[in-house]
Amino acid sequence: MPRRSFVNRHELEEHQFHPVVLLAVPLCALFLQSYLPHIWQPLSILDLPLIAVLYFSISWRNRIAGTMLGTAVGLLQDLPGNGYIGVNGMAKAIVGYTAASIGLKVDVDNVITRALMNLGFCLLQSALLFVLQRYLLGETDYAAQPVHEVIRAAINAAVAVPIFLLLDRTRINEYA
Amino acid sequence: MESFFSRFRSELVLALLLLLQVVGLAAQMGRVHYASREDGHNVRTVRAWSAHTITPLETFLVHVGGGLRNTWHGYLDLRHVRQHNRDLQYQIDQLRLQQAGLAADARQGQRLQQLLAFKQQYVWHTVAAEGGGTGGGDQTRILTIDKGWTDGIRPDMAVITPDGVVGKVRDVFSDSSQVLLLNDPTSGAGIVLTGTRSRGILHGIQGGRLQISNLLPDDRIKPGEPVVTSGGDRVFPRGLPVGAVRSIKVDPEHQPYAAILIQPAANLDRLEEVLVVTDVAEQLTKAALAAGDDGDEAGKKASDVVAERLPGLTDNTKPTSGAPAAQGAAKEPAVALPRPPQAIHADRYSPGYIPPASDLTPGAQDTQLAAPAQQRTSPAIRPPKQAAPEDQP
Repeated sequence: MPRRSFVNRHELEEHQFHPVVLLAVPLCALFLQSYLPHIWQPLSILDLPLIAVLYFSISWRNRIAGTMLGTAVGLLQDLPGNGYIGVNGMAKAIVGYTAASIGLKVDVDNVITRALMNLGFCLLQSALLFVLQRYLLGETDYAAQPVHEVIRAAINAAVAVPIFLLLDRTRINEYA
Repeated sequence: MESFFSRFRSELVLALLLLLQVVGLAAQMGRVHYASREDGHNVRTVRAWSAHTITPLETFLVHVGGGLRNTWHGYLDLRHVRQHNRDLQYQIDQLRLQQAGLAADARQGQRLQQLLAFKQQYVWHTVAAEGGGTGGGDQTRILTIDKGWTDGIRPDMAVITPDGVVGKVRDVFSDSSQVLLLNDPTSGAGIVLTGTRSRGILHGIQGGRLQISNLLPDDRIKPGEPVVTSGGDRVFPRGLPVGAVRSIKVDPEHQPYAAILIQPAANLDRLEEVLVVTDVAEQLTKAALAAGDDGDEAGKKASDVVAERLPGLTDNTKPTSGAPAAQGAAKEPAVALPRPPQAIHADRYSPGYIPPASDLTPGAQDTQLAAPAQQRTSPAIRPPKQAAPEDQP
């Protein structure tokens, strides 16, 4: 198995992916997000599109690309739901932008770092969704559930780590 | 200026995308809510595209999963099937006996309902559909089914299972539809608590739970009390099982109302096949009403039927033809009315002291009223006649 290594700053900052991967992974995540709860309802606690956005944002380390990807995935995630189209789009755009910004400054290939980032960004998204629903859309019945959100973030972080390892294999190593 | 745009390019992109989505949200909030729309063709194009893209794949996976399950259960896992078959045959025999008795009770119940002029809706025609996908995430409770406009599905149709109510159709596409489940926060249904007959509105809350929040606390409402649809929402036929009361407590955010949590009768988290109620029939049709007006026995008023069967003040053995009725009207009714006892010292409060209004003169002095009852000659103020011994009850 070839050992991956960074040979220059460019490779350290941006990882490249095949266009098919870039298209298929988010769409697959969106589809599973819709389909898996039908098999077992508690699986709705997962946020696979968020994991996909986080992975590509911190891998690209490009804020604009992270923002655009987060917006696109969030909007697509809003389509099959019952809410307004754009709520997840806004939340994931901010998450994508922030993840790309942090990806420039920390070692995102470390497993612990990845788990902590997923935990933090999942909580950030929950906070953003709460603010958007409660104050922008004026849905006063939308209550904060801190314990539920922490559990949700922990589960997503646990699921994200092996998914990140799988997605690492889809990177294109230009200097191998 | 150029350096500003190049320096803050990513921030500007983020701000622009957020602004566009805020504008999009504002445009959506100005539209009519989905659930109140009647025309299924006017769904948002993007949602339709999404459904057309995702639904076939979901349906394929559901069919593959169903095929695998059927193969396992139908061909491989056949242990104890003979014993089960014998048990089931015995149960069928027993149920046939019970069915005969229940059928007689049902016929009697229908006759009684017709007598009491209950106008009750019944499920008349349903379309079976298979659940395929969800809305994604735990914030919305949506079920995608594989039947659409071409199968006769229309928005706001009730969706049920044999266990109970599931939800209602929200968006309808050509070959698929989206069902808004009862436990979605935007969903609602009119319900009746069968024990107390309290009517309320059931809606979903976060976490996929069901709650009634417009009823005041009532000690008579106990956990386990069945909840059925009231039919008042014009979506769900009345009398369908919804669930049972799980708990009741004071709602801290909406005092003095109670927060009554409901355990749904149908398993809303695991819906394989559902029934869409495409047509409801009213039991008491106009034809039946017209037939009832023709003097049919079944068309009599409930009060008449009850009056005939209960012991009353009138003599039921009397002939009821027209001619004797006129004679009967002239006669004094043979009724033993209770009468107050005669006063020992009559005063102005005694019965019969006040003359009838027809004997009084407007503007006259009330000397008549001031006179003792015994001195007046008006028949109205005459002391009440002592009842005959045979009239005493």
